[in-house]
Amino acid sequence: MTTPASLPDIDYAGVAPVLIILGAACIGVLLEAFVPRSQRWAVQVVLSLLAIVVAAIALGAYLYTGPQNTSTFAGSIALDRPALFLWGTLLALGLGSILLIADRVVEPGGAFVAQAGIRPGTMLDKEQANRSSMQTEVFPLALFSLAGMMIFCSANDLLSMFVALEVLSLPLYLMCGLARRRRLLSQEAAVKYFLLGAFASAFFLYGVALLYGYANSVKLADIANAAGGTNRSDALLFLGMGLLLIGLLFKGSVGPFHTWTPDVYQGAPTPMTAFMGACTKVAAFGAILRVLMVAFGSTHWEWQTIMWVVAGISMLLGAILGITQTDVKRMIAYSSVAHAGFLLVGVLALDGSGIRATLFYLISYGFTTIAAFGVVSLVRDGTGESTSLSSWAGLGKRSPLLAGIFTFLLLALAGIPLTSGFVSKFVVFAAGMSAGITPLVVLGLIASTIAAFFYLRVIVLMYFSEPAADGPTVTLPGMYTTAAITLGTLVTLLLGVYPSFMLDWAGTGGFVV
Amino acid sequence: MEYVPILLLFVLGFGFAVFSVTIAEVTGPRRFNKAKQEGYECGIEPSPQPVVGGGRMPVAYYLTAMLFILFDIEMVFLYPFAVTADALGVFGLVEIVLFIATVAFAYAYVWRRGGLDWN
Repeated sequence: MTTPASLPDIDYAGVAPVLIILGAACIGVLLEAFVPRSQRWAVQVVLSLLAIVVAAIALGAYLYTGPQNTSTFAGSIALDRPALFLWGTLLALGLGSILLIADRVVEPGGAFVAQAGIRPGTMLDKEQANRSSMQTEVFPLALFSLAGMMIFCSANDLLSMFVALEVLSLPLYLMCGLARRRRLLSQEAAVKYFLLGAFASAFFLYGVALLYGYANSVKLADIANAAGGTNRSDALLFLGMGLLLIGLLFKGSVGPFHTWTPDVYQGAPTPMTAFMGACTKVAAFGAILRVLMVAFGSTHWEWQTIMWVVAGISMLLGAILGITQTDVKRMIAYSSVAHAGFLLVGVLALDGSGIRATLFYLISYGFTTIAAFGVVSLVRDGTGESTSLSSWAGLGKRSPLLAGIFTFLLLALAGIPLTSGFVSKFVVFAAGMSAGITPLVVLGLIASTIAAFFYLRVIVLMYFSEPAADGPTVTLPGMYTTAAITLGTLVTLLLGVYPSFMLDWAGTGGFVV
Repeated sequence: MEYVPILLLFVLGFGFAVFSVTIAEVTGPRRFNKAKQEGYECGIEPSPQPVVGGGRMPVAYYLTAMLFILFDIEMVFLYPFAVTADALGVFGLVEIVLFIATVAFAYAYVWRRGGLDWN
């Protein structure tokens, strides 16, 4: 008879939101296996939306009744305030993304392919583009990815973080290749994302290995403790940190590790681009924030200059390359690279106000992005979405409401007052100023001005040019896309006019060690 | 000194490989067969490339390989569990049942969607 092993203490109420999403994803796979094809879409939509709502209720209940700033699974999963705030953000943005994914009115049958295995360009492929069914596996895959993101931004040790990174990435690679139209472009995006993502994962793992060699532990707090001692090799620590961060910055599409972003954003089905643009950003920056502050906060004098340079490069690259784009999806992709630089300013403040600013930025940027891609999916011509900027000319005359909403969202991305974009840029730059990184903040302001040019150019194009005779039409959105665009636009407005409640939520606490 | 067992294991492994190749060479029968000259590719003819599907492998191979890896990984976890089942108690049992259930979900999916039909 052996002695009982000591088992980890698990706070089930605390991790319930993640367990609910994961459980729903597993049930989703079973439904794919046993429900008749004609009913799958309806069943999956109900299950996914229900799971997100129930998980949000569980999260709310834990926030009010549960203990504050604990961790569970023997310290592997942090249940501190930033983690719970990010979970709430991810669930809300996940809801918006599922709504976009579920729409079958804009593109008859849905934005996803009916049968992914058919070769692009063949007769079968042309026939399936008009079929009314879609690959409903997208729903469980999105839920798996969402659960991975939730674990990713609350993981307090590097191994859990790596597993979560793979759980969130693998479904994304797959879903990128499932666009109904322009199959080759979509598959190219999936392969590029997969190969580069595999490289980034390898960098991440190398970093973990070196850091384990340094600290004899993969726990973030232990790495911080080990860095406090003096008799160890700094080379191991900073090489490990650098490799680890390359993996993380890749996921957050921070320049100069952003090269996949425009291609993948352009090729992926638009609902999936919205999901990646909003949720992956949140997860990646949640993890970057935690790693930099918990594991490397004590050594920040040694590395912060390099990270300032990275942030500066990301802002300028995104803003300058964004000007040259002629495709609206690629333009938003480069804008997301610039935004990643701004977000990094908040992260590099490395204090409580930096956490608050970054969390606020993430939720407001996420909602704006989802609504913006919702609008992009509505402008269409005979071959699918018409994403070329020249075809957006004169949209203000043809569809004033849609052009108005898109103008508002572009102004939010540019950071004009009365939108959430202004408040989030303001708090991020304020946190940067008070932390003493003024040069970076000045650079951020310059980059914002450059980026404002290409947002305003689209607005000018929509209102002050004549529509082309054979230009695209604006499809009337179905219930789901309408709901997603309305949700994103209203939150963008609300957080711009009355941001204080959200800032209070974002600022309720720091990381648990 | 604490690394000596690792060194021994290395020598043992290397020795086994050399022994296996040599003993096969010395004692095995040598009967010529044309098939032996070809590259081995899971039992299918590697050349000429199959005309159907434009020279691509049937996708069923990948499915089978994935399923194999799935259950391979399951075994990797089941062995340590079996050894320490006493110490882990009811908690360990529940966890391993959940683990097997998730693998079974994937299996059910492949089975129901026709991944195991060969024709």
